[in-house]
Amino acid sequence: MAEKIPVTVLTGYLGAGKTTLLNRILTEQHGRRYAVIVNEFGAIGIDNDLIVGADEEVFEMNNGCICCTVRGDLIRIIEGLMRRRGKFDAIIVETTGLADPAPVAQTFFVDQDVGERARLDAVVTVADAKWLTERLKDAPEAKNQIAFADVVLLNKADLVSPAELDAVESRIRALNPQARIHRTTKCDVPIAEVLDRNAFDLDRIMEVEPEFLEEGHHHHHDEEIDSFSFRAGEVNPDKFMPWISELTQREGPNILRCKGIVAFPKEPKRFVFQGVHMILDGDLQRDWKPEEARESRVVFIGRDLDRKAYEEGFRACAA
Amino acid sequence: MSASPPSLLDQVRPFSAGADIVAIAWLGDIPALALADGGVLLLDGDGHRRLDAHPGGGVTVAASDGTRLVTGGDDGRVVSTGPAGTAQLATSGGAWIDALAIHPSGAVAFSAGRKVVARDGKGREMSFEAPSTARGLAFAPKGYRLAIAHYGGATLWFPNLDAKPDVLDWKGSHLDATWSPDGRFVVTSMQENALHGWRLLPDRGHMRMSGYAAKPRSFSWSFGGAWLATSGADAAMVWPFSSKEGPTGKAPRECGVRHARVTRVSFHPSVNVLAVGYEDGAVLLVRFDDGAELLVRRAEPDSAVTALAWDRKGGRVAFGCQDGRGGLLTLA
Repeated sequence: MAEKIPVTVLTGYLGAGKTTLLNRILTEQHGRRYAVIVNEFGAIGIDNDLIVGADEEVFEMNNGCICCTVRGDLIRIIEGLMRRRGKFDAIIVETTGLADPAPVAQTFFVDQDVGERARLDAVVTVADAKWLTERLKDAPEAKNQIAFADVVLLNKADLVSPAELDAVESRIRALNPQARIHRTTKCDVPIAEVLDRNAFDLDRIMEVEPEFLEEGHHHHHDEEIDSFSFRAGEVNPDKFMPWISELTQREGPNILRCKGIVAFPKEPKRFVFQGVHMILDGDLQRDWKPEEARESRVVFIGRDLDRKAYEEGFRACAA
Repeated sequence: MSASPPSLLDQVRPFSAGADIVAIAWLGDIPALALADGGVLLLDGDGHRRLDAHPGGGVTVAASDGTRLVTGGDDGRVVSTGPAGTAQLATSGGAWIDALAIHPSGAVAFSAGRKVVARDGKGREMSFEAPSTARGLAFAPKGYRLAIAHYGGATLWFPNLDAKPDVLDWKGSHLDATWSPDGRFVVTSMQENALHGWRLLPDRGHMRMSGYAAKPRSFSWSFGGAWLATSGADAAMVWPFSSKEGPTGKAPRECGVRHARVTRVSFHPSVNVLAVGYEDGAVLLVRFDDGAELLVRRAEPDSAVTALAWDRKGGRVAFGCQDGRGGLLTLA
């Protein structure tokens, strides 16, 4: 099978600078060609790129998974684009400012044909340094976009004071401890920090989230969305697997993202997993290195999660 | 897998189209290939004649009535191609053409997003707004009526009547549509690897056909309409439609079982022989009554079968693949 086409999802509340970032990518692409899926044909500079209009049709899957929504239009567009392989090297999906990133991400895990041909690379969220704090108060969409992101561009950093910038960055951290945050002006970030992140690749999980492993990482509580990470020693797979699977089935609608690396007794390989709502993906990955502590670490980001219950549940899996 | 079936390999004339083959149709004796790079290739005698139906674009969907190949493109155009050349029938204004259907009277229907347009033989256009993107279109075998597959079911629409469209509900996302030759059944393929059918007569009942490993995107009715062959499993799944209940409570027949997914199916126009194309590039003919198999093409890497069609008399079958290769089998 041919290599899967990487897909980058660009989100961000209205006016944060998504189009600026998109134009940067398209003009600094160094010979790479993109298929860009947009909702509105705006001022996008394109020469060698393919622009496709979309209509954000969000559908429920009829598979008993209540939070399992997908972008029907995206399935159709990617199917069409795959007939024109060779015309582009990567796909960028720009969502509207009010969109929830979950259905876009889930499309790549739920639809078999899409999953066989394309892979979700990362969700990149552009946030407005000046207005994000306000938006987090009044716009649940803005909060979702931050909580879901793998990369956050804290844009228009030149419009606020250093103290304000620190404050808004710590707000982002509270919502999402694992995203990589870049302070930018006019989205001036090296393109490599945005593309080819492999954020959903089990082999790369944890290697892209430097902040994830801090001991006793504690975040102040957002009124609604919260995140927490736990670590333990080895866990018993006969307890852990049913726990994580049942947890994501039951709590899936509230869990935006989860990830982890887990050590099973006498298992030379690390077990890694990641999830989006109820969709859970996990596998035994590379061997533990001799110098690595055989530790289990998990992180959850979600809405109204009962931290105590999660922690107790995880601790009860100890080997 | 058992030993290779007897072979027709030396009766196949291979060809290369130079781009992914989206669909094949026979225009009389001439195979016409719709290509992902926007071209239509006519395999006319020994020469290949290429017509740029969608210059700079690509073909997304195609349909034929045996005299012309109608293609819809990502340039928003609907183009008719015949031996005499190409002619634009309609345009969406730029939005991808998502589905096409052709009627024996000369009418053509197409959709782009939610908008469905039916254009009759005289060029008169009527349009309909589907409740969500119209993914599949099929004309009724008799009368001027169109089945439209969309999210949440299908809609039956009479383009020339003021009557309220008939809504057939079923939860989920419906993709392609087909109407049985006797007009009694409408069947759609679904996002969740299943088919759904509605008995229009006598009871409006539902028919659920599931168990597929992939979406069943290719359909073909047997010449009398008693059977519906489908892709999407490691064999062609052929459902019985001869009784008034349709396939409800009955198991499908499995034809051409292999360790590869079926991607295209096409029933012979006058006998119970099914041509089956696979994801691994193989093509078989299967005699439906006893399951006897004949090999038309061996498996080829990266050459999944994407198009398959018999000519009107059933003396020749053409297949096309995702890498642009294909072949013409002439039965002795």
